[in-house]
Amino acid sequence: MTLTSVETSVTGTEEQAAIEGRSPLQLAWARLRQDRVAIASAVILVLIVLIALFAPLIASAVGWSPVQQDRTTGISPEGLPVAPGSAHWFGTDNLGRDILVRTVYGARVSLLVGVVATVAASVVGVVVGTLAGYFGGWVDVALARLMDVVLSFPFLLFAIALVSIVGPSLAVSVGVIAFFSWASIGRIVRGQTLSIRQKEYIEAARSLGAGDFRIMVVDVLPNLVAPVIVLASLLMPTAIVFEATLSFLGLGVVPPTPTWGNMLADSLQFYSVAWWFVVFPGVALLITTLTFNLLGDGVRDALDPSAERLFSTRRKRGRR
Amino acid sequence: MIRFLVRRTVFGILVLWLISVATFLLFFVAPHDPARVITGRLATPETVALVRHRLGLDQPVLTQYGHFLNGLIHGNLGYSFYNSTSVNYLIVSRLPPTVSLALGGAIIWLVTGVLIGVLSATRARSLFDRVATIFVLTGLSMPTFLLGLLLIYLLFFRLHLAGVTWFPAGGYVPLSQNPAAWAQHMVLPWITIALVTAATYTRLTRSSLLETLSEDYIRTARAKGLSERRVIYRHGLRSAMTPVVTQFGIDVGTLLGGVIVTETVFGLGGLGQLAVQSVTNQDLPVIIGIVLLAAFFIVVSNLIVDALYAVLDPRVRLS
Repeated sequence: MTLTSVETSVTGTEEQAAIEGRSPLQLAWARLRQDRVAIASAVILVLIVLIALFAPLIASAVGWSPVQQDRTTGISPEGLPVAPGSAHWFGTDNLGRDILVRTVYGARVSLLVGVVATVAASVVGVVVGTLAGYFGGWVDVALARLMDVVLSFPFLLFAIALVSIVGPSLAVSVGVIAFFSWASIGRIVRGQTLSIRQKEYIEAARSLGAGDFRIMVVDVLPNLVAPVIVLASLLMPTAIVFEATLSFLGLGVVPPTPTWGNMLADSLQFYSVAWWFVVFPGVALLITTLTFNLLGDGVRDALDPSAERLFSTRRKRGRR
Repeated sequence: MIRFLVRRTVFGILVLWLISVATFLLFFVAPHDPARVITGRLATPETVALVRHRLGLDQPVLTQYGHFLNGLIHGNLGYSFYNSTSVNYLIVSRLPPTVSLALGGAIIWLVTGVLIGVLSATRARSLFDRVATIFVLTGLSMPTFLLGLLLIYLLFFRLHLAGVTWFPAGGYVPLSQNPAAWAQHMVLPWITIALVTAATYTRLTRSSLLETLSEDYIRTARAKGLSERRVIYRHGLRSAMTPVVTQFGIDVGTLLGGVIVTETVFGLGGLGQLAVQSVTNQDLPVIIGIVLLAAFFIVVSNLIVDALYAVLDPRVRLS
């Protein structure tokens, strides 16, 4: 190969790259990268996920397990929680357990429930919503009414009743949250599918002989990716709050497994003597939901620039 | 219009019926025996059987459901397994704290939420708008019980230490007994439920009003020389309120379920706490009664919202 041919081939690929089309998701990613708030939130969330993943390591570094009671230095002579100090950086709770380790372990439950419930709700919502919107007719009437019924349930009340019967556990929490969340996604997916169904390319696919299943998977689903990502990222903080609420009412994950919700429920008796008991799990919970909301908002903006922007630090050219 | 309302009502009754069946079934597939719980651990099998018979729990499920449905049609929700009183009485006696919390909270969140929304829409991208946005995001991310705890800590505990005793930590004083004390005890619960909910309204009002204000008829209204205030509040806000009304209908409907947490944190002793207690006691008739009442509110408020659409936006045809 001569030098000139290499040069031409290089410039050739460069030109190709310059005119290469970018997919909508690539464009969205490029927009998201410029959003300082969203990126900062993502970084914090990655940190929280890492903390949750490496919780056992952190626990062994600190020297206390999440359920271990420190009966010597972890409880004051009056039997009250001990303030943050060198032995326990975040203080201890009413049973002499290390709050730092418990808060770290609490992240595991919150994230696990949040992710699993959101994924489950999104899958069910997309399947039901697509079927209803695509087929129309009596299928649509039946499924849309089903979603109406689920949305009409007094969900917290019903969740409490259900959990009290089946008994509280991690799986039940996930199930309850997913069950009461899928319908809101399904409703929006149905609406989107209804309008996608009218598009010419669906007609084209059908005239080429594609079956219903193929059209739904190949032609409809890819168009639902953007709205579903946005809905799911905003459902995540809701699911985490839901889990914390169930735990707070004593209907979530069973003690002594630490969750932010049951730690805060325990702290209700002790807020007047132990601020650290309320503050650390409370702040952890709030930071998690807040960053998910900020990131979700950024993702929405990146995927659909015409949508209303809630929080923006990205400079908008041509405007003040 | 009438045909629409009739159809929605029939559907609403169907939903209520389904919910009653679901709740009823839930308690029969459960491996719990209320008779055992009532009689205690030391009871003989005969006593348990007797209690079971008294409560009618030894009859087939369908017969029990038939009794329940018959009572329901006559407006009678049955009798509590524990309190030897009727469910109707229990619910009515626990209603005042819940209604106080719900009504006061709803008024506060609607007014503050919409007001902040209007102000930040008309001052888009100003400092106020930024601050309002932080308020919205915090409100959306804040779990109700955490806000309640924070308010108790800061406004009750800290202020008490400083010698200011404006806010009690919890409890309920009937309005008829002492209106001032009633309001004083309700302030923190009201703020809790209102702040958590108002964020949604600010967001909705802001986006909806911004969209409306860019419409042609708003330009026309301005061009014919109307004052800005009149343009925004009379012409803009009216059609911008449609999504807010939808949300308000949903929130008021689900409020009965939503007050549970606030009532627990502040110990108000209303319906929400009754629900939690009944669940712990396996008091089936009371739970069904409360769930049905809550579902009834949701169905009715959905119906009202649908009808209100037509009033607010004449383009909506009810069919």
